[in-house]
Amino acid sequence: MKTISFGQALNDGLDLAMSMDDSVFIAGEGVGVSIHVDPNMPTHGLLAKYSPVRVKDTPVSEAAIAGLAVGASCMGLRPVVEIMFFPFFTLASDMIVNHAAKLRYLSGGSSSFPLTVRVRAGVSFSAGCQHSHNLEAWATHSPGLKVVFPSTPADAKGLLLSAIFDPDPVVFIEEMGLYWMQGEVPEGDYRIRLGEAQVVRPGKDCTVVSYGSAVFTALEAAKILSEEDVSLEVLDLRSLVPLDKESLLDSVKKTGRLVILHDATKFAGFGAEIAAIVADDAFDLLKAPIKRVAAPDIPVPFSPPLEKFYKPNPEMVVKAVRSIL
Amino acid sequence: MNMKAQGIEKHIRIKMYEKMLLIRKFEEKLVELSGIDGRLPGMQILANGQEAVAVGVIEALETYDVVVSNHRSHGHLLARGADPKHLMAEIMGKATGVNKGKSGTLHMSVPEINVLMTSTVVGAGPPMSVGAAFAQQYRNEKNITVVFFGDGAAAEGSVHEAMNLAALWKLPIIFVCENNCWAGAQGLGQHCSIGDIADRGAAYGIPGEFVDGNDVEDVYYYALQIATRCRNGGGPGLIEAKTYRMRGHGEYDHQHYVDKKELEKWYALDPVKRYGKRLLNHGLMKKTEFETVERNMEKVIIEAVAFADQSPYPLPDEALEDVWAVEEGGQS
Ligand SMILES: Cc1ncc(C[n+]2csc(CCOP(=O)(O)OP(=O)(O)O)c2C)c(N)n1
Ligand SMILES: [Mg+2]
Repeated sequence: MKTISFGQALNDGLDLAMSMDDSVFIAGEGVGVSIHVDPNMPTHGLLAKYSPVRVKDTPVSEAAIAGLAVGASCMGLRPVVEIMFFPFFTLASDMIVNHAAKLRYLSGGSSSFPLTVRVRAGVSFSAGCQHSHNLEAWATHSPGLKVVFPSTPADAKGLLLSAIFDPDPVVFIEEMGLYWMQGEVPEGDYRIRLGEAQVVRPGKDCTVVSYGSAVFTALEAAKILSEEDVSLEVLDLRSLVPLDKESLLDSVKKTGRLVILHDATKFAGFGAEIAAIVADDAFDLLKAPIKRVAAPDIPVPFSPPLEKFYKPNPEMVVKAVRSIL
Repeated sequence: MNMKAQGIEKHIRIKMYEKMLLIRKFEEKLVELSGIDGRLPGMQILANGQEAVAVGVIEALETYDVVVSNHRSHGHLLARGADPKHLMAEIMGKATGVNKGKSGTLHMSVPEINVLMTSTVVGAGPPMSVGAAFAQQYRNEKNITVVFFGDGAAAEGSVHEAMNLAALWKLPIIFVCENNCWAGAQGLGQHCSIGDIADRGAAYGIPGEFVDGNDVEDVYYYALQIATRCRNGGGPGLIEAKTYRMRGHGEYDHQHYVDKKELEKWYALDPVKRYGKRLLNHGLMKKTEFETVERNMEKVIIEAVAFADQSPYPLPDEALEDVWAVEEGGQS
């Protein structure tokens, strides 16, 4: 174990994957020479270590970047490409959604696309709605894509290594606000199986299920409620596709109540899917209606007080929990 | 004297200088404020060194022409006549900002001056401009659309689709590529397969021309010719303005990857200083007049900052407004 930042954990994962397997290469806008000089940036220092042969700075061409990953993976390489901000996923999405996700199926299972698309995400820099827009539900609504969304440095490394060596295309979502967060990270080839949620705080009165940095919002809420003797169980999904249904249902079975929390907008968000699964499969276990805490259905505003208004906070979770106790 | 410039009237030349200086002073203030913690939210993407492109092109336009801008927009907006007070307020996220604090610096649109559809998505301007120019053609207007995009944007497929379609339909649109030698930390040689982006026009049957983007008269002269051709049904034009990003990509970028010699070379070609010197040497402006202009511009900037500072932030739930034409139109 060593204590490093989330960004360094990703860097460690990339470095390890590249050192273990020559077929791994990385590409994207500024993954080699970046305007940032910060060891907490996931691709920091890799150009010097692996040369421009394996660390490819690209033009501002998201379709070509994603296409590069599709074609190279079909040829047996393991591309790890970067989309600088989540909204630019839309420019890459033909290659990812129509090709990476579908070509195995279209080939009757004979072709493989072991690629990873690292997407830098998040809401909180007053960057405005064309830089901040969590689109994970777009990716989860595309059969053939795995979708991973880590919240801690250890998970970031463990899930990234699994994503890179997964035989299928993985959309790996990194929240930039977490890059500087410190945590203990296992050394060496540490992998976490995709599709394993984790109970990050056990409790008995209500489950809050979340992913990414929203998990910390849930933990804050748990702290507040513990002072009122309400015990929250916080479940971090870690991977949205495949989804760990079993852990989700186990937790609901234990607490009988469910609040779903994410930073993306509410309407048709990923939370709706979780609610539907629990309603379908575990209606009998529920002691109260399922509640969702999510961003309002608006683009992310720029002005600091508006952006703050947009982002779900612990008080909203507390309120939602109280409403079903 | 510059041959092309001979025909440019004195009042236009002085106006162009004043506008360039306004843009420079406005952005120097942003540099200053962004160095003070908590003063400016978000990123500051400045057009230092590119003032002549914005001013030269926009001076060649008519009132009802449409301008489509990108992430590096302050110069375009100020040249077009946006009110510095309301721009500054937007940049600070205030309710009195041009977009009520919804946008911030990266995508400011000012429909009153026909700067519509500003986008920070690199390469998004050209396809939308095709639509604007189509509407102008559809209604038999004499107006044209001008879209600014960077050398980096020239690598987006969207830009190529837009050029092909614009040429195919002979749309009244001028593609203005501001080649400032950098796309983020990638120099032109690292992201562009050719040296002159103007040459790309040939692939679409669009005349591509390059201008000295650090010489406002050169920019103005060519822009006016191309705009006239375009206005008279000659189809789209492509101007590559060779210029330079004198500061980092944004204010958080300290240009560690830029050769200092290259910076020095371009600093010597600073378009604002260069033009001031020319006007002085040609006797178009006297030393005292420069001092007056300088003082006036500084006053404008101080007033803009004071206005923005005194303006309130929007109320938090104003975030919910402006998504739909009719507020009941939304979900949940
Ligand atoms: C589609 C898209 N990809 C990436 C970015 C991130 N980004 C912002 S500006 C920029 C460089 C653009 O270079 P250029 O077009 O030359 O414009 P300049 O910044 O030099 O004015 C990049 C990559 C973006 N805004 N949009
Ligand atoms: Mg550029």
